[in-house]
Amino acid sequence: MHEFKLPDLGEGIHEAEIIKWHLPVGQVVQLDAPLVDVETDKATVTIPSPYAGRLHWVAGEVGDTVLVGKVLAVIDDATAGMADEPPPPVVAERKSVSKGQAVEQKALPSGSDLEKKTSPPSAPYAREAPSSGNSAPPDSLPSSPRPAAPATRRLARELGVDLRLVSPSGPAGRITPEDVRRHHQQQVLPEKRPVAGGSAPSASLPNLSSPNLKLVPPDPRDEREEEPTTELSELVGIPFLQVDPLPDFERWGPVERMPLRSIRRKTAQHMVTASLVVPHVAHMDEADVTLLEEFRRQEKPKRTGQAGGSLSLLAFVLKAVAAGLTENPEFNCSLDPVAQETVFKKYIHIGVAVDTPRGLIVPVIREVNRKSILQLASELEQLVARTRDNQLQPAELVGGSFTVTNIGALGGTGLIPVVNYPEVAILGMAAARPRPVVVDGEIAIRTMLPLTLSFDHRVADGGHAARFMNELVRRLGDPHALLLET
Amino acid sequence: MVVGNLTQETEVVVIGAGPGGYVAAIRAADLGREVLLVEERESLGGVCLTEGCIPSKTLIHAMQLINAAREAERFGILVKEVNVDIDRLREFCRSVVSGLSRGVEGLLKRRGVEVIRGRARFESDRSLRLEGSDVSNIEFRHAIIATGSRINQLPVGYDLPLWSSAQALTLPEVPPHLLVIGGGYIGLEMGLVYAGLGSRVTLVEFCPRLLLGADPDLVEVVIKRCQHRFEALLVDSRVIGVQRSAGGYEVQIEHEGATTTRRYDQVLVAIGRHPNTEDLGLEKAGVALQDGGIIQVDNRMRTSRPHIYAIGDVAPGPPLAHKASREGKVAAEAIAGQPSAFDNRAIPAVVFTDPEIAWAGLTEREAERQGRPVRVGRFPLKALGRAWTMGQTDGLVKVISEVDSGLVLGVGMVGPHVSELISEASLALEMGATVEDLAVTIHPHPTIAEAIQEAAEVADGRPVHISPATS
Repeated sequence: MHEFKLPDLGEGIHEAEIIKWHLPVGQVVQLDAPLVDVETDKATVTIPSPYAGRLHWVAGEVGDTVLVGKVLAVIDDATAGMADEPPPPVVAERKSVSKGQAVEQKALPSGSDLEKKTSPPSAPYAREAPSSGNSAPPDSLPSSPRPAAPATRRLARELGVDLRLVSPSGPAGRITPEDVRRHHQQQVLPEKRPVAGGSAPSASLPNLSSPNLKLVPPDPRDEREEEPTTELSELVGIPFLQVDPLPDFERWGPVERMPLRSIRRKTAQHMVTASLVVPHVAHMDEADVTLLEEFRRQEKPKRTGQAGGSLSLLAFVLKAVAAGLTENPEFNCSLDPVAQETVFKKYIHIGVAVDTPRGLIVPVIREVNRKSILQLASELEQLVARTRDNQLQPAELVGGSFTVTNIGALGGTGLIPVVNYPEVAILGMAAARPRPVVVDGEIAIRTMLPLTLSFDHRVADGGHAARFMNELVRRLGDPHALLLET
Repeated sequence: MVVGNLTQETEVVVIGAGPGGYVAAIRAADLGREVLLVEERESLGGVCLTEGCIPSKTLIHAMQLINAAREAERFGILVKEVNVDIDRLREFCRSVVSGLSRGVEGLLKRRGVEVIRGRARFESDRSLRLEGSDVSNIEFRHAIIATGSRINQLPVGYDLPLWSSAQALTLPEVPPHLLVIGGGYIGLEMGLVYAGLGSRVTLVEFCPRLLLGADPDLVEVVIKRCQHRFEALLVDSRVIGVQRSAGGYEVQIEHEGATTTRRYDQVLVAIGRHPNTEDLGLEKAGVALQDGGIIQVDNRMRTSRPHIYAIGDVAPGPPLAHKASREGKVAAEAIAGQPSAFDNRAIPAVVFTDPEIAWAGLTEREAERQGRPVRVGRFPLKALGRAWTMGQTDGLVKVISEVDSGLVLGVGMVGPHVSELISEASLALEMGATVEDLAVTIHPHPTIAEAIQEAAEVADGRPVHISPATS
C-alpha cells in the first residue's frame, strides 16, 4: 500500500484542481502510466503513477482541489489481493484527522485553559471564507492552529493573518513563512469589510465573502491601551459599494450555469485584485512601423524555416520595451506597501499574454534585454506553441516584471489593458494597419501601430509614461536605431 | 501613614518578583519602559528561587550523590560509609539561593528597574496602595500581576506545625519516620530527598494514581524505584485526622473504608497550590476572576481590564516557573506594542524523581480520552548503550505522533537526565516537526538523547536497535 502525495508542481503552487482520473478506483495502473490530470493556477499537468498497483483510493472527484503534499491517491501493491478488502486504514485516518489536523497544544491536563488562550481573537473571522481555491466551507476551519514555527506564528500576527485560513505547504501540514506572506498578499491590502448597513444582510452578499475581500484583524498595537478598539463592523468599507444578489436571469430566458474553473477563476481573482489595488492610468500613442514592416518583409523570405524566422513584430516590440525599461525602471518594479518600499527589479523578464482555448495564459520570457531579436522571435514561436499545447512548466509562468499583450492579430484600434499585479505596467498592442497620417504637412499612407501603456500611478506619473512611450515610438519607427541602440 | 502619602507614578508596575514578574520587568525595561517592581519578600526570585525549584533541586542533587555513592559498588567502587553533615548541606543550599537571588537583584539594577519592598493592593484600575513601604501609592499606566501561588493547607490538623514543602526545604531535621501527604511531583521529590537522607518515608495519595498528569507507563518506572526507597506507598488513601503525640504525630489514614492509625515523627503536606489573588483589591481594579481564583486572561495575558496583565500561577495553566517566564515576556512585549502572544504548543513538565520523568505536548492518556488515533513509538532504555554504561537501564522514551502525517504531538520520557532532554521535544512541537525530522536528525553516540531518535524511528516504522515486531 503506497500513499501518493500531490508532488511539488513548482514555485508558488500550493494546490491543484483534479481535471481527470485516467482510471477508476479498483483498476491496475502501471508504473509511470498516466494517473491523473490536474490543473494548477495556470497549467494542466498529467501526473504519472509512481507505483505499479491497484488504485485503491483517491482524494477527490473531478473539480475537487487538492493541496500540495496531501495524499492524492493510495495504490496497493499489484501483488496484493484483489479481494474485497475493507477500505484501507489510510482513508479512515485521513477522515479522522481532517477536522483537527493541528498540533495538539496542551501540555498538561489543565491545558483546557491553554486552549482558550491560544485561540485567536475569534469573532471577526467567523464568516470569512478560506483562502483561494480551498473548497472547504468556512465552518470546517480547524479550531486549533495548524503547526507553524514560533517565528512564523509571530509573522502571522504581525501581518494580521489567521493561521487557520492559510494553506500549508510544509510537511505534515506545516505552515511556512512563505505561506503566510502569500496569504497576506491575497488579502487585498485596502480590504475592509463591506459596509454593514443597508437592507442586504451579509448572508445575501455571497460575492463579498469571496477570497478577494478578507478582513484584516485589528492591529494589536491599536488596542493596547484603554478599552478594546471599536468593533470591526464600524470600520468604513468602500462607500456606495453594494453587491446585490444576482437576479433570476431565467425570468428573461433560458440560461446555462458552468462552474468557474481554475484558470477562469484565477483570472477573475487576479483582475479584481489588480483593479482594486492599482490606480490605473493609460497613456496612448501610435508608432509608425512602416520602415519596420518593410524591413521584416525583406528579411523574412531569407529565414523561412529557420528558428525565429517568423520575425514577429512582437519580438521587435519586446526589444524596444526592454530598452525603455532600462531607462525607466519605475515601470519594472513592484510596490511593497507593508515595508513602504519600492522593489526595483534588476532583471527584465517580460510576460507575453497568450490567448488559448483554456483562457488567458502569460508565459514569461527571461532576460529580454540580453537576447537578440532573432532569439526573441524564436523563443516566442516556441513559447506560444507550447502554451497552446499546454506544455508549459509552472516555473515558466512566474517571475515576470512587465507584461505585453498583443491583441492586434485579432484586430482592434486600441485597448486599455489591466496591469498584471504585482507588476506595475503593461503595454497593449492593437492592430498595425496602413492609415492616412500627416507627414511633413502632407497626407501619407503609413503603417501605424496603436500602443497603450497602462501603469500604476502609485509608482509612476504621466511624465514617466510619456517619456517611455516617446522612446518606444521612436525606436519602433526607426529600425536602424532599434538595432543599433538595443 | 507615618511617612504621609507619597505617590509614585510609573509606566509599568509589576507585582511580584518571581520567575514571571522579574522576567517581565526586565523585558519591559529593555523595551524602553519605565518599570517599578513591587515584592513583598526580602529576597527576589519568588517561591521558585527561594523555597521551591532551586533549593529542592539542590537537595535532590545531594540525594543523587548519596545514592550514587551507595550504588557505586556495582562498578567495583566501594564507599565504606556515607555520612551527611546536615548543617553543611543546609548551608550550601542557602548559599545557592542567596547567590541566585542577589543575581536577580543585580540584573534588575543594571536594567534600571526600581524595586520596592511592600505589599500591593489595587485601589483602582490605575493605582495601587502599598503597605510596608515608604511609597504609599503607585499610579501606573500598565500593571502586571505576578503574585504567584501559595501552598494548600490540609483540611485537618491545620493548627499543627506540620511541614510545608517550603519548611522541609530548610532541612530543620531528618525525622526518623516521615509521612508525606500528596503524590504529586512535590510530594514525590521531597519524599525521595528525605528517604535519601535516611528518613523512613510513607507517602499517601488521595487519588488511585501518583503524578496524575503524567502517563502511567512513565510513572510506573518511578514507582518501582520508590518501592525500594519508601517504607510505604499508599494510594486511594486519605488522611482524616492528625494529632500531636509524644514528639510526633498520630495520623489516621482511611483506605477503602478502613482506618488505620500510625505514628510519624514529622508530617509533610504537599497537596497543591492556590493562586494569590485574594486580598489584592482586584475588585477595585475591575479585574475578573474565573473558577479557582484564577485571573481570566487573553492570549496576550491581558485581563478583563486590558491595560492590566496577569501572568504565572495567577493565570490559567500549570503553575510552572518556565510558563510564568514566557508569559512575563509576552505581557511585557504586548505592553511595548509588539504583536506577541502566548501561543506555545507545549509547556514541558519535569519531575525530578529518580529516575526523572518529563513530558511535553499530548500524552497518550489524553489522546485516549479524546478518542484521537495516534501512533506511538516507544523505545526502552534497556536497548540503549549509554544507559548500560551508567548502569541505569530503567526507563523509556516515547514519541506520540499523528497517524496520517507523522506530526509530533507529544513526547514522554522517564530515565536519567530526561529533564535535560525534554527541550528537544518542546522544540520539535513548537516547530511542527514530524517523526521523520526527529529520526533523521543525528544524535551523538553514546547518549541518552539517542532514545528520542530511536523512538521516532519506531513511530516512523523503521527502528534499528529494536525489532519492528516488538514495537
